[in-house]
Amino acid sequence: MSYKANILVVDDEEIVRESLQHWFQEEGYSVDAMEDAESALRVFEKDKYDLLLVDMKMPGMSGLDLLSKIKEIDDEVIFILITAFASVPTAIKALKEGAFDYITKPIDPEELSHIVDKAVNQQQLKKENIQLKSSIEEIIRPENLIGESSQMKKIFSLINTVSTTDTTVMIRGESGTGKELVAKAIHINSTRRYFPIVTVNCGALAETLLESELFGHEKGAFTGAHYKRKGKFEMANGGTIFLDEIGTISQKMQIELLRVIESKQFFRVGGNENVKSNFRVIAATNENLEDLVKLGKFREDLYYRLNVFSILIPPLRERTEDIPILAYYFLKKLTTSMNKKIVDFHKDALDFLLKYNWPGNVRELENAIERAVVVCKEDKIKVDDLPFHISSNNYFDSDDKSMAAVEKKHISLILYENNWNISRSAEMLGIDRVTLYNKINKYGLERNSK
Amino acid sequence: MVKVFLAPIQFSNTQLLKNIIEKLREVFTDNVEIINLPIDIESVRSVERNQYYSTKILAQAIQHTTGYDGKVLILVDFDLYVPVFTFLYGEAQLNGKHSIVSLCRLHEEFYSGVTNDELLLVRAMKEIYHELGHNFGLIHCKDWDCVMHQSAIIEEVDIKGGFYCGECFEKVKGVLH
Repeated sequence: MSYKANILVVDDEEIVRESLQHWFQEEGYSVDAMEDAESALRVFEKDKYDLLLVDMKMPGMSGLDLLSKIKEIDDEVIFILITAFASVPTAIKALKEGAFDYITKPIDPEELSHIVDKAVNQQQLKKENIQLKSSIEEIIRPENLIGESSQMKKIFSLINTVSTTDTTVMIRGESGTGKELVAKAIHINSTRRYFPIVTVNCGALAETLLESELFGHEKGAFTGAHYKRKGKFEMANGGTIFLDEIGTISQKMQIELLRVIESKQFFRVGGNENVKSNFRVIAATNENLEDLVKLGKFREDLYYRLNVFSILIPPLRERTEDIPILAYYFLKKLTTSMNKKIVDFHKDALDFLLKYNWPGNVRELENAIERAVVVCKEDKIKVDDLPFHISSNNYFDSDDKSMAAVEKKHISLILYENNWNISRSAEMLGIDRVTLYNKINKYGLERNSK
Repeated sequence: MVKVFLAPIQFSNTQLLKNIIEKLREVFTDNVEIINLPIDIESVRSVERNQYYSTKILAQAIQHTTGYDGKVLILVDFDLYVPVFTFLYGEAQLNGKHSIVSLCRLHEEFYSGVTNDELLLVRAMKEIYHELGHNFGLIHCKDWDCVMHQSAIIEEVDIKGGFYCGECFEKVKGVLH
């Protein structure tokens, strides 16, 4: 993924050469620029270039003539022509001569980026020995996806298996277990990794907005729609769409989703062009979808369409051996970002982290350590540095030892500490606002209770 | 820690500016300062395109900021271009001192007619960290969770991450501390 192509820009206008050189340098490409085709041919014979971006009309040898001469030397090179005059016959001639594509001045940055990425990625994929890569046991892990427990090893193995396919995946697990990280791991280990993984938090969007968000809209589709907008499905073209909190979507959207997932085609809002998009679907939920299906709240056909390959992430309390590994990982990460010299945990603090139930899972652990790093005045984190609601024994004083009782108490305390500011409390709990509202309703919490 | 000099030009949204400074101070603490630069905007305006030539704005800024020890970030609300491209969200000197960010095409009303100040701030911060990243020597990153991912359209600004990924952060943490 780190290989960067060598690019040669050929244009008689200095400002064009400079701007394109600057643009490609920001991309990390190695770029040379020549003012005419003759000099370009000379340097090409001497140096190796992966991609040539050539002005069609230049004094002396034209871009098209340069194309045929270059192709005689190296048939594999990517040749993209630029012209100020959009001319279909010339474009067709250039493509027949072996040009990869054709672009008109002034260049739309999106178009240039798209053409160059496509060309370079195609060439790179050819070069990569995908077979060799898939045989390696190790997967590329996104940041924060940490764990040495047998459960996590099993998950890494599942990621390794499923990432080499295009199968739809359903990731399940409590809030904060890292469902999005697992989705990202699958994506970056797949052949789709050069394209984006687009996340849609289904629970956070109102139904009216969801349609435009997912499918985009045409210019003039509604008052104020000045420009065409691409939706999430279109943005995920070539890559992956991650549908988080899938259990929260409405019946109407379930039908729409099923149709799009099956056909990979849709219409933008206000449009009549059938848009095709090649995406892989990964969905996630912390709800029991089987129960929702039984209750008629979730379509059975969509459930089977999504639940092709299932990955269940265990809660942190069921893999306590990962807690010290995660704790030290977050400690290092957070002390680095905050530039603090904290090197360790006091034994009692670490013991406490091991004993605590972590209803908010890994995200809660990270938040707790972040808070501890902020308040810690020494080189080791003490129990007192941990958030009050975690280090207090309130949770364990009650006779009711159930998870629900602990969660209820925990949420009440966080809401109390944040003066019932829902956004701040949700952020601290590591869950979204909708989930928090649902839990407030579920436990019948009220502002004056603690 | 590196100092960031923020130079708003013809920028009337004071609340947004205040919010941007607040956000920048979360990273650069007190090393954020507002400065006034006497940039002649009309001289870099293309009447034909109704846009402003960003490279020439940077060239003027370079002349006026020799005494400033840090990074100079120009913030504008008008549309930017360089002749070869239709528009730019921003421009920066790679490994240099100066950068410019335009908020013009970061406004949601530019696309859908709907004003969304919260989204504007998120997008503005992404582009600011992006251009500053170039000043710090970062090139575009392949990780979509990283603010250094290239974004040629607004949808890409929205789906990329809001800050540097671990790998990019490692490279710039020296100047951030």
